[in-house]
Amino acid sequence: MANGIAAANGSLISLHDVHKVYHRDKIEIPVLAGINLEVKRGEFLALMGPSGSGKSTLLNLIGGIDKATRGDVRVAGESLGALKDSKLAAWRARHVGFIFQLYNLIPVLTAFQNVELPLLLTRLSGADRKKRVHLALQLVGLDGRAGHLPRQLSGGEEQRVAIARAIVADPTLLVADEPTGDLDAKNADEILVLLQRLNREMGKTILMVTHDPHAAERAQKTLHLDKGVLKS
Amino acid sequence: MKYMRLILAHLLRSKRRTFLTISSIAIALFLFCTLRTVMTSLDAGIRASDATRLVVRHAASLVFPLPLAYKERLERVPGVERVSWGNWFGGYYQDPKNQFTQFAVDPVSLFDLFPELLLSAPQRETFLGERTACIAGKALVAKYGWKVGDVIPITGTIYPGEWRLTLRGIYTASTPDADENTIFFHWDYLNEVMPEPRKNWVGIYWVRVGSATDAPAVSGRIDAIYENSPQPTKTETEKAFQAGFIQMMGNVSLLLTILGSAIVFAIMLVTINTMMMAARERTTEIAVLKTLGFDDGLILRLVAAESMILSLAGGILGCGIAFLLFRRLDFTAGGMIPNFRMLPGTLGMGLLLAVLMGLLSGLAPAVQAARLQIAGALRKVA
Repeated sequence: MANGIAAANGSLISLHDVHKVYHRDKIEIPVLAGINLEVKRGEFLALMGPSGSGKSTLLNLIGGIDKATRGDVRVAGESLGALKDSKLAAWRARHVGFIFQLYNLIPVLTAFQNVELPLLLTRLSGADRKKRVHLALQLVGLDGRAGHLPRQLSGGEEQRVAIARAIVADPTLLVADEPTGDLDAKNADEILVLLQRLNREMGKTILMVTHDPHAAERAQKTLHLDKGVLKS
Repeated sequence: MKYMRLILAHLLRSKRRTFLTISSIAIALFLFCTLRTVMTSLDAGIRASDATRLVVRHAASLVFPLPLAYKERLERVPGVERVSWGNWFGGYYQDPKNQFTQFAVDPVSLFDLFPELLLSAPQRETFLGERTACIAGKALVAKYGWKVGDVIPITGTIYPGEWRLTLRGIYTASTPDADENTIFFHWDYLNEVMPEPRKNWVGIYWVRVGSATDAPAVSGRIDAIYENSPQPTKTETEKAFQAGFIQMMGNVSLLLTILGSAIVFAIMLVTINTMMMAARERTTEIAVLKTLGFDDGLILRLVAAESMILSLAGGILGCGIAFLLFRRLDFTAGGMIPNFRMLPGTLGMGLLLAVLMGLLSGLAPAVQAARLQIAGALRKVA
């Protein structure tokens, strides 16, 4: 039962009638309204929509950093709403790699140390961690800058370090929230090529939120979200 | 251990803030250790007291002397085994700043009453046989660089003039609380120089009784003898005498405790505030760590560990400096605190306080960080 129905029909992500409502004081703000979604393992999916349409919220629910108000979010065989916070944290560490618009690297840690962070939660030895960090940095073309702090890197390089951090623990799913939103066209293109490679060569399932239609073109499929409702 | 690099990187993020926080904790705990050392050093006399030793003094005040003639009567009181006597001299060496205790004593009975003062047999013999001889404690000798045979000029304040004493022995104390900062010299030497009206007067008598249980009865008997005399006595155990001596300065213990607690409490509030500010500044980073899979418990431990490291670093620094300083320092507060040294217990208390400060100052920011909602924290930044 571990992989459940979703696995049986080949879906890595399965959302059924998902609602999300935020509360500001006593006012209810509905953000997602009855989302149904199936994403197959190995797919590269772009999620587009105007600001405030609920794209990032949907990404957060699938990435297990927020919980649905109603409905079932099932990813990699787990119903996320049923998991306690500590189990959910362990689940995220094992299954999800996050890429943010503002990179969100820890400024006091070097590129190597930033990429190593997810591996600290594993039982890998120091030597094994080192090997895997260098592999991940090689994959994003930054092994030569392992000792640099984020402020010593360009925006594109920072994002590549963030991607290395996202893939170093070999997660099932990569979720990227506007990964090129803060980059110039050249760097944005390099990041998108990198994501495509991760999808094609390593079989990573990628869910990417973007405003940019050119970025969305790199995905195999694009979904549109408007006022909390999904439109294909 | 694998998280230590992460913890240290955060602590070194703002080196100035970390330095100032550690310094303020170090200063607070240094002051705590200093005040505590004053208290324990004042109590050293009480701890060193012998339960079978009584002190007989004038009932009105220590300032008034008792006749030497009391000695023979005291020796006949049932329960009394040995009697000795002495006068507090109150002089200084070369400069009024060089204050320490000098006592004019009966050299023969001194060592019977104070067996904790250890002196070699040859030195004792020389001391007993020479009228202007004196003996000094090992710590005092080390402080002024004296050696046996040196003539030590002491300027008297109660007994005016320059008194030239020849150092004939260096005593050590058999217990750590006993004083090694005193000079003892012959009472006879002092007495014979005194003008007639001041001759044959004694500051205090020390009386040895058979057992501690005899002390109250013997004290009662002595005071009853002199109850209606011109010089009535007050007899008490040495412990009570020492405690009373300290109380003459007021409730020093309470004052020092309040001061020490206030300093530590104030610094703890500053540390809590610093740690909370540091945690608040890192809201996004904590949210990112949680996103990567760091659970609430781990985040709590990491933030708490930062506070603990800061507090322990401050504690080790502050208490360590105090320990090293007071081990070497021959501070005696003008002879008022002759055995001023920091006890291992004070060091332990200081370090324990550092741990408590670490726990308390880390608690609020650690809980705040652990409770952080990832989505909300990341939304605020984006």
